[in-house]
This record gives sequence, C-alpha cells and structure tokens, in this order.
Amino acid sequence: MGKLENKNALITGAARGIGYAIAQRLAQEGANVVIFDLCPEEAGDEAAKAIAEQCGVMALFRRVDVSNYEAVQIAVKALSKELGGIDILVNNAGITRDKVLLAMSEQDWDLVLDINLKSMFNTIKACYRGFMKKKAGRVINISSVSGLMGNAAQANYSASKGGVVALTKTVARELATRGVTCNAVAPGAIETPMTASMDQDALKALIATVPMGHMGKAEDIAACVAFLASDDAKYITGEVIRVDGGIAM
Amino acid sequence: MDIAAKVIAVLADHTGRDASELSLDTTFESLGIDSLETVEMVMELEEELDTELELDQKVATIGELVKFIESKLD
Repeated sequence: MGKLENKNALITGAARGIGYAIAQRLAQEGANVVIFDLCPEEAGDEAAKAIAEQCGVMALFRRVDVSNYEAVQIAVKALSKELGGIDILVNNAGITRDKVLLAMSEQDWDLVLDINLKSMFNTIKACYRGFMKKKAGRVINISSVSGLMGNAAQANYSASKGGVVALTKTVARELATRGVTCNAVAPGAIETPMTASMDQDALKALIATVPMGHMGKAEDIAACVAFLASDDAKYITGEVIRVDGGIAM
Repeated sequence: MDIAAKVIAVLADHTGRDASELSLDTTFESLGIDSLETVEMVMELEEELDTELELDQKVATIGELVKFIESKLD
C-alpha cells in the first residue's frame, strides 16, 4: 500500500518536467492527482491519462492559469466539491525570463513574479479554508537554490523563489496549530525542459558548481515531495529542503 | 433571524464564557481569539446558517462580525 492512499493531490505546472514527475510519484504512492497547467488541453489530458493508466488512480487535468486569482479560486472550489477536498497542494508552476537586471523589462519581472509567487498565494488561499476544516493538509512549494543564494541574470526568478521561502514559513506558522504543514523544496540543477532551454555555456558553468558533479533528475525532487506529503514528515513544517547535489550547502 | 444572538452563542460556547458577558462592542482580542479562530467560528456559523460566508476581511469586534455576516446574507 502506498503512503498516500485515498489522498487528493493538486500539483501546479504538472504536465511536464518536475511537476509531472511529482504527479507521477504521488500517484505511485496511491494519491489521486489533479494537474493544473496552461499547456494545450490535449497534452494535459494525455499527461493525466498516462498517470491514471500507470498507477491505477484518478488523474485529472484542468487548464488553469495559476497566476489568475479568480480562475484559481473557481477551479479549486469546483474540484473540492468534486473530490471531497484537497489534501496535498504542490505549488510547482514556474517560469524563467533570464536577463541581467539592466536588460530586464518590467514585463519580465511581473510575469515571473506572477507565475512563480503570486500563483502560490492564489492556490494556498483557495485551499486554506478546506485545510482548516479538515484540520489537516500538506502544502509543498517548489523554490530553488536561486532563491537561497541569488543568481546573476535571475533577479526576477531569484526574488520569486526567495519569496516562496518566506511564504512557506509564514503559512507554516499560520497553520501549525491546525494540523497543516507547509514546506519548500529547493532544487538545484535538474534535467528538465526548463534547463534544456538554458544557454549551454551557462548550464556547463552551473554544473561545475555542483559538488556532486552532475545534474539531478526530476525524480529526485519528486521523491522529496512525496516524503513531505507523507505521514513520515508530519512533524516537519516551515522547512526548506535543498535537493541540489550540494550546490547551496 | 437574530444573527447577533447566534454569533454570541457560538462565541460563548467557544470561549467558555457566559453570553451575558459578551456584547457587540466586545473585541476578539479581549477574548483571546486570534484571526484564524475567528475564521473557524465563521465556518461553524456557516454550517448553522447553511450558507457560505467566506470571511475575507479583518473584523475586530463581535459587532463587526455580525455586520459582515448580515451583509453576506442580504
């Protein structure tokens, strides 16, 4: 029996990359999963269908722009009714728009902050009352080592991911007495579509900073998220776990 | 429906005080009730009133909470 049988998990940005690996892993542990993503309907449905078939759980896709406050409230409300509540919320959706600050446009800043950070406010707020009613819940936010250390040409991304850490600790404090935990996972250099699109020289330079000498895999992040979502982590809250091969130690 | 009486009854039950000790001017702070507990009480009231209230503003006194609930029921 999996560690997450009969739990309902909502994972944002989960049609591919780290989010998909997380959805897949939670489903392997027995959770029903809902994927929020802005990808085309067909790709999202396919991702959900693949997980349902592999793991024998219910897997749904909803095309939602997580940076849109109203859209998230409506979608989560409908899902909560349909599934009887959300037990695990994984905030993974994120983008990069890397440029040195001088070249960064206001739009680059706003877009990254909206998708990477405001989206978490939107989803956590949508789930908050449900968690309080159940007196249980798991929130796992995907941060980044860039949010812990800063990273040149990532003022927007680093600020959003640093904000995720502060948001995580705040939510953890607010809901600690209500049986709800909130933690963050900070990935380092992970093989994903996002890092594949990075400038190759920058990627090489990044890998050179990894004490373990190689990139991690999306499954490494998923394993950490599955642990934080499980009862094994019931006394852990407000924590940031780096899964980074040692980059930010 | 007397919302004030209902709210005071729930609060009296929650704080272990006599309803006569509570008035519309009583602050939640003086009762040692934080904002999350206020939300929880509103959730209890939602069930009693069979409606969705979704407290989305800070209320300091019982009177303010009553006013908020009445506005949602209008």
